[in-house]
Amino acid sequence: MNNSSRIKALAVPVVSVLAGLILGAVIMVVSGYSPVEGYQAMLRGAFGRTYNIGEVFRSATPLILTGLGFSVASTAGFFNIGLAGQALAGWISAIWLALTFPDLPKIILVPLCIVIGALAGALWAGIAGFFKAQFGTSEVIVTIMLNYTILYISNHLVRYVLTDNKDATPKISENASLRTEFLRNLSGGSRLNMGLFLALIMIVVIWIFMKKTTVGFEMRAVGMNPFASEYAGMSAKKNIVLAMMISGALAGLGGVVEGLGTFENLYILDAAPAIGFDGMAVSLLGGGNPIGILLSAILFGTLKTGGLKMSSVDIPNEIVDVVVASIIFFIGISFAIRYIMDKFSPKKGEV
Amino acid sequence: MEESHYVIEMENITKAFGTFKANDNVNLKVKKGEIHALLGENGAGKSTLMNILSGLLEPTSGTIRIHGKEVDIANPTIANKLGIGMVHQHFMLIDNFTIAENIILGSEPTNAGVIDRKKALKEITAVSDRYGFKIDPSALISNISVGMQQRVEIIKTLYRGADLLIFDEPTAVLTPQEIEELIEIMHGLVAEGKSIIVITHKLDEIKAVADRCTVIRRGKSIDTVNVADVSPQELADLMVGRSVSFKTPKGPAAPTHPVLKIKDLVVKENRGLDAVKDLTLEVRAGEIVGVAGIDGNGQSELLQAITGMRKVESGTVEINGKDATNNRPREITENSTAHVPEDRQKYGLVLPMTVSENLAIQTYYKAPLSKSGFLNYKSINQHARELIEEFDVRTSSELVPASALSGGNQQKAIIAREIDRDPDLLIVAQPTRGLDVGAIEYIHKRLIEQRDRGKGVLCVSFELDEILNISDRIAVMFDGRIVGIVDPQETNEQELGLLMAGVPLAEARQELSQTVAQEGAGVDE
Repeated sequence: MNNSSRIKALAVPVVSVLAGLILGAVIMVVSGYSPVEGYQAMLRGAFGRTYNIGEVFRSATPLILTGLGFSVASTAGFFNIGLAGQALAGWISAIWLALTFPDLPKIILVPLCIVIGALAGALWAGIAGFFKAQFGTSEVIVTIMLNYTILYISNHLVRYVLTDNKDATPKISENASLRTEFLRNLSGGSRLNMGLFLALIMIVVIWIFMKKTTVGFEMRAVGMNPFASEYAGMSAKKNIVLAMMISGALAGLGGVVEGLGTFENLYILDAAPAIGFDGMAVSLLGGGNPIGILLSAILFGTLKTGGLKMSSVDIPNEIVDVVVASIIFFIGISFAIRYIMDKFSPKKGEV
Repeated sequence: MEESHYVIEMENITKAFGTFKANDNVNLKVKKGEIHALLGENGAGKSTLMNILSGLLEPTSGTIRIHGKEVDIANPTIANKLGIGMVHQHFMLIDNFTIAENIILGSEPTNAGVIDRKKALKEITAVSDRYGFKIDPSALISNISVGMQQRVEIIKTLYRGADLLIFDEPTAVLTPQEIEELIEIMHGLVAEGKSIIVITHKLDEIKAVADRCTVIRRGKSIDTVNVADVSPQELADLMVGRSVSFKTPKGPAAPTHPVLKIKDLVVKENRGLDAVKDLTLEVRAGEIVGVAGIDGNGQSELLQAITGMRKVESGTVEINGKDATNNRPREITENSTAHVPEDRQKYGLVLPMTVSENLAIQTYYKAPLSKSGFLNYKSINQHARELIEEFDVRTSSELVPASALSGGNQQKAIIAREIDRDPDLLIVAQPTRGLDVGAIEYIHKRLIEQRDRGKGVLCVSFELDEILNISDRIAVMFDGRIVGIVDPQETNEQELGLLMAGVPLAEARQELSQTVAQEGAGVDE
């Protein structure tokens, strides 16, 4: 990458975010609220106290994991739109296990729940990968359908298997929780948990895996040119299934963090968890790059956490959601922003 | 007067990309009503110059005059208005539109906002009648031949009022028959007062079609010559900047044991029909077997089946004494086989990856390029630098994407990668398609060198010159079968032509001897 394309890689997300903030301000003005007060409240909500900062990182944690998951799949050339379902698969499995063996020692129970959650996500994504590899079915359709399947499976389990007709499972035991006394005290009593370290470790692991291992090399090659990869003796089928399972495992970990860290239970959901779709936006904004994903996950955490505070200056929740959504919208259309920036940059096309 | 003499004058055109000058004080003057060839090696700067003329690039310095008047061609629309039209190498047509719809696309005649199809049809018919194109405007693009599609591209530029037509490598995709028809069309166009610039590196075509020729080498215009005054050899030397030989010198082959044995092979093509039918062929160590044939007679399917990329329905493939029927590509590479694929950009390279990674793509899983699953980029890059040096791949660095290399250098990189593994069997498809004489000479030398080192080479090519030049035996393929195996010393293009059309060898020889006899008789009268 030369210097000008490096600058562009940074400029696109920055312009996207600014455009989103401006649109959000316009919406607030049109609806009769002060954008200055609104954004001040958002900043206070995100960084006002250590508690808020803790919550920013808490809500960024699962997004790092689902964002990484999306980027692994898209490196190998496909679009994992089922992160939400895979996260839920991880969430429900971890909770189920934690509730079944509440008295296992923490040192065994937590890693076990993490592994089982990752496997559940991998399996759920692997179904779509298998069909794609074997029959060429579209992973987009299959994963969307699987999102619904797991949603209803999980709701059924919560209501009839894990509880007796209740809307939420009981809290998991202390032994299964990712929260620690230390992090709680450090972050002013927020729900910040060990999941953050898991996510940071995964950033490094995935970066090394994709850039430095032969398997990562194969995945990148298959994603960029499946024909040449097949010619060079790589198995496109194997790589499709494997990439999909890794992607699903990461999404599953996102769900585990929500289950064992943020909520410490699972409840009846009316849609697959938002960390799935937000994870896609995080990955797109971060350009699929691990550091980019980390930064954009923190930005999302800021918007989500800070947005809650905007209602304290009498901005209704709906407007807050619209503002946050408009920022996400501009991130989502960052390719269009890239196009417009190309158009207005003085230099004409290169060789 | 000077003004009426030249349609286009490009003077001292320089185009710099950073510190690299793609064009360096290039001069090009095209007379009205002439066919002017622009000759140069891959990456010499021909396309840059033409992109400047058609408004896609702006020159760093230099002047352009049209009919003596200085112009600023800031964008393609202006080029269009000035009567400059480009016939691209890769056609810009919409497959499921009709010919007529494609022609009017972007400049549709309308009547109150509705496309006036009648008027469009009338205008198109007028243009195509005037220049003698035989087209059916209502046919779908997806249903017409490549040659026909090219005519649609030509009519498109004429319909938009082009006076100067630029042809970018127009014959690269055409059959010999279509090339002849194209040449006729080009002569027709200049007879009607149009001027033509043709970008090419095929010397015989320049001889056949062009009046004058400007040679570009490494971004500089070297000379403009009258084509009638120079030989193809002189043109080639001008282009490359040294003396090139068309015929690669080689000694007699010393074949030994067979490395590839194909027996009764049957392979299906994509639609499920037999593409290779009961084919039997042998390649021995120390020989080059050339497979001649017209495109689409099962050559691609044959190579794909041998290299594990297509299923063998029946019959056997044996490589190095081991049964390799329906082996996976990796098993076949491991069985000391190398493959230079037909489509270098689709199969040969992962274009967005670096040159270095592309050079490692067959061996990345082995030491020293990787160790226990972890890549060693130090030795991957070292390996790449060695190959780049040894095979004269011209690139600014081993870390640029493969897409940044010119076609000839991409092919050199692939050949470097494949030969580097020191394979016993080398399978090569269209090794020099689209390359200039310098690169062709180099690649032929390398292939013959492999033969002389006792390797078996199977080479499929549509270029008869190439087949005749490098082969020790020529197998002619027609309709999925080998119709004859001939010695290149004892055959010629006419005989191969008949074999390629499916005439059995005995009949072909008889027919040719009769023609010779008749011609002889004709002279006597």
